[in-house]
Amino acid sequence: MSDPTVTQDLIKGADEPTASPVAVKDSRRSLWRDTWDILKRRKIFWISLVMLILFLAMAAFPSLFTHKDPEYATLAKSMEGPSSEAWFGYDLQGRDVFARAVYGARTSIVVGVLATLATVLIGGLTGVLAAYFGRWLDAIVSRVGEMLLGLPYVLGAIIILGTIAPAQSNPGKVMIMAVVIIVLALLGWPILMRIARSAVIQAKHQDYVQAARALGAGPMRIIFRHLLPNSLAPILVYATITIGSFIGAEATLSLLGIGLRSPVISWGIAIADHASYIRTAPHAMFFPAAFLSLCVLTFVMLGEAVRDALDPKLR
Amino acid sequence: MKADAESILEVRDLVKHFPLTQGIVVKRQIGAIKAVDGVSFDLHRGETLGIVGESGCGKSTLAKLLMALERPTSGSVRIRGKDITAARGAELKRMRRNIQMVMQDPYTSLNPRMTVGDIVGEPFEIHPDVAPKGDRRRRVQELLEVVGLNPDHINRYPHQFSGGQRQRIGIARGLALQPEIIICDEPVSALDVSIQAQVMNLLERLQDEFDLSYIFIAHDLSVVRHISDRVAVMYLGKIVELGSDSEIYDTPTHPYTQALLSAVPVPDPEGRETRQRIILQGDPPSPANPPSGCHFRTRCWKAQDICAEQRPALEVRPGSAHPSACHFAEVRDVVNAK
Repeated sequence: MSDPTVTQDLIKGADEPTASPVAVKDSRRSLWRDTWDILKRRKIFWISLVMLILFLAMAAFPSLFTHKDPEYATLAKSMEGPSSEAWFGYDLQGRDVFARAVYGARTSIVVGVLATLATVLIGGLTGVLAAYFGRWLDAIVSRVGEMLLGLPYVLGAIIILGTIAPAQSNPGKVMIMAVVIIVLALLGWPILMRIARSAVIQAKHQDYVQAARALGAGPMRIIFRHLLPNSLAPILVYATITIGSFIGAEATLSLLGIGLRSPVISWGIAIADHASYIRTAPHAMFFPAAFLSLCVLTFVMLGEAVRDALDPKLR
Repeated sequence: MKADAESILEVRDLVKHFPLTQGIVVKRQIGAIKAVDGVSFDLHRGETLGIVGESGCGKSTLAKLLMALERPTSGSVRIRGKDITAARGAELKRMRRNIQMVMQDPYTSLNPRMTVGDIVGEPFEIHPDVAPKGDRRRRVQELLEVVGLNPDHINRYPHQFSGGQRQRIGIARGLALQPEIIICDEPVSALDVSIQAQVMNLLERLQDEFDLSYIFIAHDLSVVRHISDRVAVMYLGKIVELGSDSEIYDTPTHPYTQALLSAVPVPDPEGRETRQRIILQGDPPSPANPPSGCHFRTRCWKAQDICAEQRPALEVRPGSAHPSACHFAEVRDVVNAK
């Protein structure tokens, strides 16, 4: 509070209101506009945004980044290291590692982002509603969530995926991606529900919510104007980390042979396929893993920048 | 007393019991916290009614009941003849315009993620017919000026203000709908003493300017005396004595009021040492299981058998002009006594 005008007003006291002319100098401010103004000035925001656009472009138009065919295999070149001809070397089947990393972005990002989006929507919605309305709704949502949390992640995925898309089956590209996304979201939402629920319960008991109720505000206004902005930070942080962990989980499922599988190209599959050759040909696993890490880092940095900008106290 | 006889708020036999339950799946009620246990009073137009009492006596629950933030177990709260406890939906929303609140803690009563303009302007968004849309921003700036804040600070966030300034923002929000009644729930107890006086003076100025009626809840007796026309003393969910400020402070008749007043610090060193302090024994009983008869009898030096058997009504007793809920009410001046 170094602003001298603030203390100036305080000294003037109650009996003489500050007699400055009522002038609307700048336009109306709101939390979202102020957040954007803060973000504009943050270097980390622009860095992560550029990286995100790069990854999204890679996912949408992989041919812009490489002219090689990711499916073209030359078995003679299997596990060959990086060279001027193939910057990242060749994989087990003799395919270009760089091309496969570029083409893998689409599946990995789509699976990670969509599964996270579904998790945030389901978990956030149920968590907010359970916390706000409480009683039987809270009891049902919490118990269902706990049941799913009690189920080990991999076991749950094996049961569901093993039933819908067994290892021997040969489902289509879109079908298998959709199933993996649904499984990840189904098993992931309870954690987000609990985070949202506890954040909202904490915000719900603040006096400003009571004040809004005393003014006659309805549940919609209280949830969207008061509760959500004040419980967004933990949800946002967890969501950005989840994108990374979902891309990793997708790889785990691929390794078990029940998740995404060839001919789908993804970072997870590339990592899983080459995990056992890490001593003889580390490059085959290193580069897809590096892409994955960079992608996760992008989302985490972006989420953190937004979270900081959303909190007026950190400005 | 500047108040005229027109009563704007009538509270009758207001009761709020919070059930105590046991069991996880099947909840059984095993008792109740009697937070407010039969409270009746009137508030006149332009008047300030002070409500004092120690922590846990039901002051804040009473405020929530008056604001219709809690539903009472029984009893009624009539604002201009209409019962707010029975109102629902659009009718309740309309009635809320006439009764607003200033909260105790200025640090939690303002949404940290809203600008001052949004906080003070929210009443207009909820009740759009009070101010036309293009007019709202100007109205908000006027309100800020009225409470002594710089209208140019409309885009700032609550954390950029001091405690006293935050409380002014809360007052501006309460004034926005032009209510006739404002309930102040310990509005100065979280502030520094120097700031307390400023906020109190502001409240008094606003009362004259807008013809407001206040219910002023506090545990600081000197603060209440400064601002109140009438004072109600609460103990364990009941009003034990009700009268004008001079009646309560100069001629208290209820032993509890006398004990409270004897604890007020006296600025005059003369005779301060010899002044008699009434020191009560023990703690207030649990509101879940209040004593039979008179709630105060367990700590009262006058208690006799009748106090355990008969609940003393709040009525005018012989020897004084204001109502008191004590079988043995008698005037004793504890503040000025030497």
